[in-house]
Amino acid sequence: MQEACCTDSSSILEISDVQMHFGGIVALKGIRYAVPPGIIQALIGPNGAGKTTLFHCISGLIQPTFGHVLFEGRQIDGMLPHKIARLGISRTFQHVALFKSMTVLENIMLGRHPKTKSGFWATGLRLPAMRREERKILEMARYHLDFVGLGDLANLPAGTLPLGKQRILEIARALATDPRLLLLDEPAGGLNIRETEVLGDLIQRIRACGVTVILVEHDMNLVMEIADRILVLHYGSQLASGTPMEIMDHPAVIEAYLGGG
Amino acid sequence: MCQPKRKSKSWFRGTSLGTDFLQYTITGLTVGVIYAMVAIGYNIIYNVTEIINFAQGEFVMLGGLFAAFFVGTLHLPVFLAFFAAVLTTGCVGFAMERFVIRRARNAGVLSLIIITIAVSILLKGSAMLGYGKDPHCLPAFSTGGPIMIAGAVLQPQVLWIFGVSALVVIALSVFFHRSFYGKAMLACADNPIAARMVGIPVRQMVLLAFILSASIGAAAGVIITPISLMDYDRGAMLGLKGFGAAVLGGLGNFYGALLAGCVLGLAESYCAGYLSSGYKDAVALIFLLMALFFKPEGLFGAEAASLKKF
Amino acid sequence: MNKKDRWAFVGMGLLIAVFPGVALNVKCISHYVDVMIFAGIFSLVSLGLCMLMGYAGQVSMAQAAFFGIGAYSSGILTSRLGWNPWMAMPAGAGVAALVAWVIGVPALRLKGHYLAMATLGFGVIVHIILGEEVKWTGGPSGMVDIPGLQIAGWKLTSEVAWYYMIWSVVFIALLFCLHVIYSRVGRGLRAIHEEEMAAESMGVPTACYKVQIFVFSAILSAIAGSFYTHYVTCLNPGSFNLMWSIRFVLMVMVGGMQSLWGAILGAVLLTFAGNEWLQIFSDFEILVYGAMLLCAALFLPGGLASLVPKVIGVFRNSLTYLCKR
Repeated sequence: MQEACCTDSSSILEISDVQMHFGGIVALKGIRYAVPPGIIQALIGPNGAGKTTLFHCISGLIQPTFGHVLFEGRQIDGMLPHKIARLGISRTFQHVALFKSMTVLENIMLGRHPKTKSGFWATGLRLPAMRREERKILEMARYHLDFVGLGDLANLPAGTLPLGKQRILEIARALATDPRLLLLDEPAGGLNIRETEVLGDLIQRIRACGVTVILVEHDMNLVMEIADRILVLHYGSQLASGTPMEIMDHPAVIEAYLGGG
Repeated sequence: MCQPKRKSKSWFRGTSLGTDFLQYTITGLTVGVIYAMVAIGYNIIYNVTEIINFAQGEFVMLGGLFAAFFVGTLHLPVFLAFFAAVLTTGCVGFAMERFVIRRARNAGVLSLIIITIAVSILLKGSAMLGYGKDPHCLPAFSTGGPIMIAGAVLQPQVLWIFGVSALVVIALSVFFHRSFYGKAMLACADNPIAARMVGIPVRQMVLLAFILSASIGAAAGVIITPISLMDYDRGAMLGLKGFGAAVLGGLGNFYGALLAGCVLGLAESYCAGYLSSGYKDAVALIFLLMALFFKPEGLFGAEAASLKKF
Repeated sequence: MNKKDRWAFVGMGLLIAVFPGVALNVKCISHYVDVMIFAGIFSLVSLGLCMLMGYAGQVSMAQAAFFGIGAYSSGILTSRLGWNPWMAMPAGAGVAALVAWVIGVPALRLKGHYLAMATLGFGVIVHIILGEEVKWTGGPSGMVDIPGLQIAGWKLTSEVAWYYMIWSVVFIALLFCLHVIYSRVGRGLRAIHEEEMAAESMGVPTACYKVQIFVFSAILSAIAGSFYTHYVTCLNPGSFNLMWSIRFVLMVMVGGMQSLWGAILGAVLLTFAGNEWLQIFSDFEILVYGAMLLCAALFLPGGLASLVPKVIGVFRNSLTYLCKR
C-alpha cells in the first residue's frame, strides 16, 4: 500500500462546494470538506441524506452539478470511474455488487485490474508477459484473501457466501486495487454483533496499512468505536463535523437524531 | 376492386416541380401517420412495462391481412371488416401477453428481447401459413375517384387514414388523461410497486396495454392496405421504422410520436422522390440510428426517458 | 484453461477429426461432411457472438451484416479486382472491424433494448446497401464465379480438405477465446455482464472493452463470411438478411450463452436442422425457428450447455444408486 502524496493541502480528499441536482431534486446542497490522510472518516446521516450520492460523486459514477472533488490535489470530478480507480480510489457498494457467478478468488483477481495491463490480443495469444502477469495476479489475490481472513473459501462461487462474508469479500476486492482511499458504503448492513466486530478489526488493520477509509454507516457503535472523524449529513447539507466525542455532544446533531445512537 | 399501387415517378413524368413536391408530401404524410400509429403502439406498452415490443410491426400486418380475409372470404362490408380485424388482432395481443409475456416476467432484458423477436417471427410465419406469400388488397373505404389538388393526386383513402389516426390519437389522449384505467396505466409505468399498493391490478394493466397496442397497430394496417396492399413480410420494416418514430419523438410521448412519424414519412418520401427509391427504407433507419446515438430521449422526450434502465 | 475445458477441447478435436472417416463410409450421411463445413463456418460467427452476448452481455442483431461485409469484400476483391483470396480475407476483416468500431462506439453506450434495435437497424441498412449497389455487389442477383481457395498453389476443391481447414480455423479461434476468458480481460468482460457499475469502479474500462469485443465478433464473422464466399463461389444478399442475424443469435442461445462449447454445438445443430432435418417443413422453417427461439428463451435460458451438468448429475446419481444396491 503506497504512501499518499499531497500537494499544498494536507488532505487526501477535498470536497469543494459539491452540489448534486437530479432534475428538480437537490440531493447535495453544497458540501465543503477536507479529509486528512491516514484516518477513518465516518459519514453519517439518516436515509436520503445524500451519503451514497456523495460516494458516487467521488468515485465518478455521477458528475456533480456544481463544485469539484480533488484527490491528492488533483481534480477528479468528470473523470471516468475506471480512471479514478487507477488513480487510487476504490469502493464497496451498499447492495454488495459482487460478481456472483465468479468464484471468491476470481472476484479478488478482478480487483487487480487497474494495476495490470495485458490487453485483448495479448491475452488471446497468451504471450509470456501475460502469463507472468496472471501468476502475479493470482499471488496478490491470494494475499488479499488471506489478509481479510477468507483464505479457505477461495473456489466457492461468490453468490453462495453468507452476507457477512460477502461484505468482507467485497472489501478484499476493493483492496486488491491497491487504493490509497477506500470508500465503504454501509459495510455493516445486515451483520450481527460478532461479524461487525470482525469488520471493525479489519477496517482498523486497513488504516494501519496507510489507507484512508471513508465509511458510511448507520451502526453508531461501530462508528464511535473506530472512526477518527465524523461528518454528519442531513437532507443533503452538512450538519456538523468533528471527532466522535464532539459529534456526540453537538446540539444540532442531537436535535436531528433525537435519541438516535 | 383493388387499385394497384402506382409509382409516383412514372405517373407524373413531365409535371411541374411544385406538383411533385406536393405529391411526395402527401405520400410522406400518409405513410408517416402509419409509422406514428406503430410508434404509439410501442409507447403504450413501454409506458406500462418498459418493454420494447419487437412484434409491434406484426400487429399492423395482421390487421391488414385479417381485414383482407374478412372482406375477401367472408364478404363482410369493409367497415365491419375493420372492426373485426381490430378485434381479432386485439385477441392476438391478449394471447401474446397472457401466454408469453406473463411467463417471462422475471426474464432478463436479453431474454425479453429474444422473446418478443421470437413472437414476431411466429406471427410472421403463421401469417405466411395462412395467407401465403402474395400481397392482399382491400377495397377503399369510400368510393369515388382521386381528388386533384394543384395537380397532385389525393386518394380518398388518404383522408380516411388521416381521419382514423386523428381519432385514435384523440381517443387515446382522453383515455390516458381522463379515464380511470388510462391514468392507472400511467401510474403502473411510473411506479409499479406503488401502483400495486394502491390497488391497481398491474397485471391487468399490462394485458390492457398489449390489447390496446395490438388494436391500434391493426387499425393502422387496415387503413393502409387499400393503398399499398399487405403481405406477410411487411411487419419487420414497419416495426423498425415505427420504433424510429417512437425514439425520435421521445419514448412514451404520444404527440412526439405523431410528429416524429410524419417527419420520418416525409423524409422517406422526399428521398424516394428526389434521391433514390432503392434506399428509401434506409432513410428511416438512419434517422433511428442517429436518434439512438445522439439523442435517445428524442426531440420531445423528457430526460427521464434516457435515464430509465433498459 | 481448466481441466474440464482441456478435456472438452481434446474430446471435441478427436470427434471432429474422425467424423469424415465415419461419415464418408456410410452412404446416407456422406453428404454430412458438406453440412459440417457450413457448420464450421457458422461456428466462427457464433463463437464471436457468444463472447459478445454470453460473456460481455451485449446483444447484437447485426452479425449477418458483418458476415456479409466479409463475404462481399472477399467476393469483390477477388473476382472483380483480381486479389489473392488470402489477402482479401484480412482486408474484409479490416473493413468489418472499422465499421464495427464506428457503429460500436456510439451504439454500445446504449443498453438492452436500445442496443438491440440499433444493431437491428444497422444490420438492415447493410442488407439494403448490399442489394442496392449493383455496380459492386451485383444487386439482388448477386455475384457468381468467385475463385476458390488455394494453399501454396494447391487448389482446395475436395470437401474433406475444406472440412479440415475450416475446423482447424474454428479450433484456433476457440483456443483464442478460451485464453481470453481465463484471463484478466475475460474476468473484466464477465464483470461487465454481471455488475457493470462495480466493474467500472474496479478499474475495468467498460466502454472500451465492449467496443473491443464487438469489433472482435465482427472480425470473426467477416472471416467466416470470406470462407463462405470461397466455398460456395457465389453470393446474393438474401444470405445476409435479418433472419440470418436471428439464426446466429439462436445458435448461441440454443447452445448456451455462457459456453463457447455451446456456441459450437448450437451452430452444428442448427446448421443440420436448417439444411437437413427441417427440410420437410420447407417454407414453414421460419415458424419452427420462431418456436425454437421462444422455447429456448422461455424454458432454457442457459441453453443446452446448462443441461450438461444436470445430465452429468443425474448420471452420477443413478450410478451411485446402482452401485449401492
